[in-house]
Amino acid sequence: MITKMNDPGTVAIEACGLTKRFADVLAVDRVDFDVREGEVFGFLGPNGAGKTTTINMLTGLARPTAGTIRYFGRDVTQNRKKAQHLMGVVPDESNLYPELTGHENLCFCASLYGMRKREREDRARRLLDLFDLADAAGRKFAVYSKGMKRKLVIAAGIIHNPPILFLDEPTTGIDVPSARQIRQMLADLKSQGTTIFLTTHYIEEAERLCERIAFIVDGKLVKLDTLNNLVRDIQNQHVVEFTLSGCDTDLTGPLQNAFSDGTFERISDTVLRMRTDQPVHLAPLVRFLEDRSVDVTEARIIRPSLEDVFVAVTGIELERMRSEKDKGGRGR
Amino acid sequence: MKPWIAYWSILRKDMRTYYLKPPNVSWGIIFPLAWTLMFFIKSDSAVDVRSLLPGVMALSILFGTTSMLAVTVTFEKKGRSFDRLLLAPIPLELLMLAKTSGAVFFGTLNAFVPVVMAAFVVDLGGVIWWQVVVAVVLIAVSSTFLGLFIAVAVSEVFEAQTFSNFFRFPMVFLCGLFFPVEVLPLPLRTLSHAIPLTYGADMLHGGVNHAARMPIVLSVAVLLGFCAALFLVSLRNIRQKWIT
Ligand SMILES: Nc1ncnc2c1ncn2[C@@H]1O[C@H](COP(=O)(O)OP(=O)(O)OP(=O)(O)O)[C@@H](O)[C@H]1O
Ligand SMILES: [Mg+2]
Repeated sequence: MITKMNDPGTVAIEACGLTKRFADVLAVDRVDFDVREGEVFGFLGPNGAGKTTTINMLTGLARPTAGTIRYFGRDVTQNRKKAQHLMGVVPDESNLYPELTGHENLCFCASLYGMRKREREDRARRLLDLFDLADAAGRKFAVYSKGMKRKLVIAAGIIHNPPILFLDEPTTGIDVPSARQIRQMLADLKSQGTTIFLTTHYIEEAERLCERIAFIVDGKLVKLDTLNNLVRDIQNQHVVEFTLSGCDTDLTGPLQNAFSDGTFERISDTVLRMRTDQPVHLAPLVRFLEDRSVDVTEARIIRPSLEDVFVAVTGIELERMRSEKDKGGRGR
Repeated sequence: MKPWIAYWSILRKDMRTYYLKPPNVSWGIIFPLAWTLMFFIKSDSAVDVRSLLPGVMALSILFGTTSMLAVTVTFEKKGRSFDRLLLAPIPLELLMLAKTSGAVFFGTLNAFVPVVMAAFVVDLGGVIWWQVVVAVVLIAVSSTFLGLFIAVAVSEVFEAQTFSNFFRFPMVFLCGLFFPVEVLPLPLRTLSHAIPLTYGADMLHGGVNHAARMPIVLSVAVLLGFCAALFLVSLRNIRQKWIT
């Protein structure tokens, strides 16, 4: 039996060359990472990047095509069952029983981990209280609202106090207060030492909760670093956005020649963006543009954020990703 | 014994949510009644209830068990709640025993509905009860595991239903309940020996009417073999198809 170490330096989960191929799709392609005990590890990527497939391989719902998976140093690639007592899993879609009540669902899930009747009833009641679901405890899961369902699925994932928690987009499609509540709960779990593997497409969520973040695109891990390092990488960058009027031609070429310490990008007909690692002197730039009969109606300095890191490493605009995902409420 | 807590809990949940629901319970009563009535109507003379009893018992078990797995397994897999079971730290063998025990129990109960009915109209003296019970349990287990095999082979509930009829109806006609196996043409006779129900029905005939054609030890051994094979093949299919 694998046991956790209770030593913050320990590697809790280790994936080495993890690969998953479905017929003609290479869903996950030679991914390497480790998750340390007690940390919140963010797994970010656009739709279809391979996040859920990775979680499925780690938890035992999918068999890796290649690579190894270790929990606390023990290779479980061939038999993930050996580590399942350590895991709580919150899947991207609900997988509770519609015909059972909220309370029954939680007690049933607890029993799967060998919890005895008294213990599971107490724990279920406490979690229902924590998630403001006490009033709905006796109602069937089938009639729960989307947000209530989400909260109960999360409660079911932590019913047995797992040392490692996998969450697949926990706050997608739920309202602002509930999303906040869930984030607070995750922060509390972290402070109690739970190791958390979190996939999300809310950058702010990752920024607020995660210590280290991996970006996955088309099955490949394109970047993995601490939040601080990721942001520091681009913190020295200065980004200025100009809104122009009277500009018919693309001026990025001439600008590039005149101001060689920056890179210029035409965002739209009227918006031009400049990136540089030097402090920006606006006056010469504005003069350069005005000399070419272009009015600068606005110049905005943009503070780089994790969002910019994401865009830089994935090449994907976040707004697009959000609009594809958010069929329900926004979880900010 | 932690895994046993999970075992009981899964069994109890399935019993409550699927087996002991009114439509299911009434099905368990109506089904044998309908079969018995069918024979009454069909025959001109008074039917010999005792000679019919093994057949009606066997069919009650067969239909009662195989149809249930489509719900407890295929339906839950489709609704993704089965994933939750696959994620639980219990061996797959124990998990699948938990998912099938309910059907075995339900099938066994179903078998005794016609017995109780028959007790009102004929004298059941001389029945070798231990042999009947062994036969009933073995038919229930083998039919349940056949149901499991089917439930795992398909991905939609309706497919499980049609697919199980593909097995059930030939079994009904070839198992020797309605036509003695001896009168079947040779290829069908061979086929009938590849059907678990043939052995179960023979044991029931032996227990109720002292008319077994095969030694009981042989029937028990063959049925146990079928049970083991169907269970192991189903487990292998789950590992290959569902843990993709
Ligand atoms: N069972 C499967 N059979 C075939 N292809 C699959 C299967 N599961 C996933 N895929 C494919 O693998 C790729 C990765 O899918 P996955 O669900 O892991 O993405 P994701 O990052 O979780 O996306 P999302 O943000 O939309 O949840 C996709 O191209 C998907 O179509
Ligand atoms: Mg996903």
